[in-house]
Amino acid sequence: MAEPRTIEMEVLRYHPERDFEPHFQSYRVPFTHDMSVLQGLQYIKDHLDGSLTFRWSCRMAVCGSCGHMVNGVPRLSCSTFLRDYLPGKVRLEPLNHFPIVRDLAIDQSDFLKKLEAIKPYLYPAEDKPVESGEYLQTPEQLERFYPFSQCINCLLCYSACPQYGLNPGFIGPGAMALLHRYNTDSRDAGRAERMEVVNAEEGVWSCTLVGYCSEVCPKGVNPANAVNQNKVTSALDYFLRFVMPRGGRR
Amino acid sequence: MTTKRSNAPIFWVLFGAGGALAALVGPILVLVTGIIAPVGIWMPQSVLAYERVLGFAQHWAGKAFLLAVVSLFLWHAAHRIFHSLHDVEIHAGAGTKLLCYGSALFGTAIAAAALIDIGF
Amino acid sequence: MTGRKAYVRSMTGWWWRNPFFVRYMLRELTAPFVAVYAVILLVGLARLAQGEAAYNAWLATLRHPASILFHWLLFIAITYHAITLWKVMPKTMARLRLAGRALPEFTVTLCGWLATLTASVAFYVLVLRS
Repeated sequence: MAEPRTIEMEVLRYHPERDFEPHFQSYRVPFTHDMSVLQGLQYIKDHLDGSLTFRWSCRMAVCGSCGHMVNGVPRLSCSTFLRDYLPGKVRLEPLNHFPIVRDLAIDQSDFLKKLEAIKPYLYPAEDKPVESGEYLQTPEQLERFYPFSQCINCLLCYSACPQYGLNPGFIGPGAMALLHRYNTDSRDAGRAERMEVVNAEEGVWSCTLVGYCSEVCPKGVNPANAVNQNKVTSALDYFLRFVMPRGGRR
Repeated sequence: MTTKRSNAPIFWVLFGAGGALAALVGPILVLVTGIIAPVGIWMPQSVLAYERVLGFAQHWAGKAFLLAVVSLFLWHAAHRIFHSLHDVEIHAGAGTKLLCYGSALFGTAIAAAALIDIGF
Repeated sequence: MTGRKAYVRSMTGWWWRNPFFVRYMLRELTAPFVAVYAVILLVGLARLAQGEAAYNAWLATLRHPASILFHWLLFIAITYHAITLWKVMPKTMARLRLAGRALPEFTVTLCGWLATLTASVAFYVLVLRS
């Protein structure tokens, strides 16, 4: 029987009860052609070091739990394959730009606050009773917001964004993508409610169109597009605000 | 609690206009004024002769073009340089902002004054 | 869930550790070159206003080999600015649609590059003919 191939996985460790600083720990992991980085982490936890902490859930790129830095690039561990890193090693770190809670687990609370701030729900134009029937939406109307609705809140874009890293006050790509998703949904009339967040210095104006967020997004959300389309919206709002009431018509 | 509205749109519009203009005519302008015409290859050196350039600068369209190029290029660069300082973790406060955008304003004023001086 | 002793990592060196960010920095670095060229033109304008002798002195400087060499550097920088500006342009617009289908972002970029090429040829012809 052939010896299983192994790969070195170098993982950042941090246990606040014993560590002042994070440090790398190496593990030699046997792997098959189809094994993901997540499966490698699970092997480590199951067979080599049960103390390793990391988040995961669906194993199929819909839950957004398993985001990590893999050799310096934000990736979903479940959709990243060990075979692609040969002949070198796989270096795993928690997602950039977030505080490390323990090992590979980060503190996402800042993003959750941002998410709440953009009002991620449909604002109806009027109070429609249930009897009046459902909203009708054409395929074209759906296409307008559909890509932005694919966000799984995985935070890879926040890890990719140097402006968020330099200033965590920045609303960030993911929250802006979701804001844009609601603004461009034909059923929504809440654009005016969301403009304050957009117009702030830490709204769209902290973005310098690095564009790495759209590059790393596993779902094709294109958050850079959401942010930068809203720069135009914000600028129009700024210059036309005395001519047109804030928000205006959609 | 209201978040303060940013004044960034003013500078962003100027930055955007300057960037687009630089993208469209920047390369050919540099090529013609800085290499082709001075050397006299593919184009006679007389292209940049005093009388010709003066005639261009005295025409309203020439004035508009020259002012747009000089001014918008400066506004574009000022905005980008200011933000790049932040990128490399150099703390750029109000003073630096004034220096960057002030330079662009100053350059615009000089260009306008020169174009007025040149007359019609 | 605020971490007790949650560890915050430094951002130092972020822009040279990832090739994507290096390219971003190179893109942003085109700005000073745009500024320098604008200043060269500005000086030329001022000299033009000061009369023929002053203007010809400026022109003579432009003909110096060092200036020609420097303008090659300016040309590379400002061309890189043009190339990269059109590359990011689709990110600033709503997705274009043709007959119900979404056009690839590269279509916008290609149109931009063609616009630069067209403007360049038009400018060149205008300068020669006038």
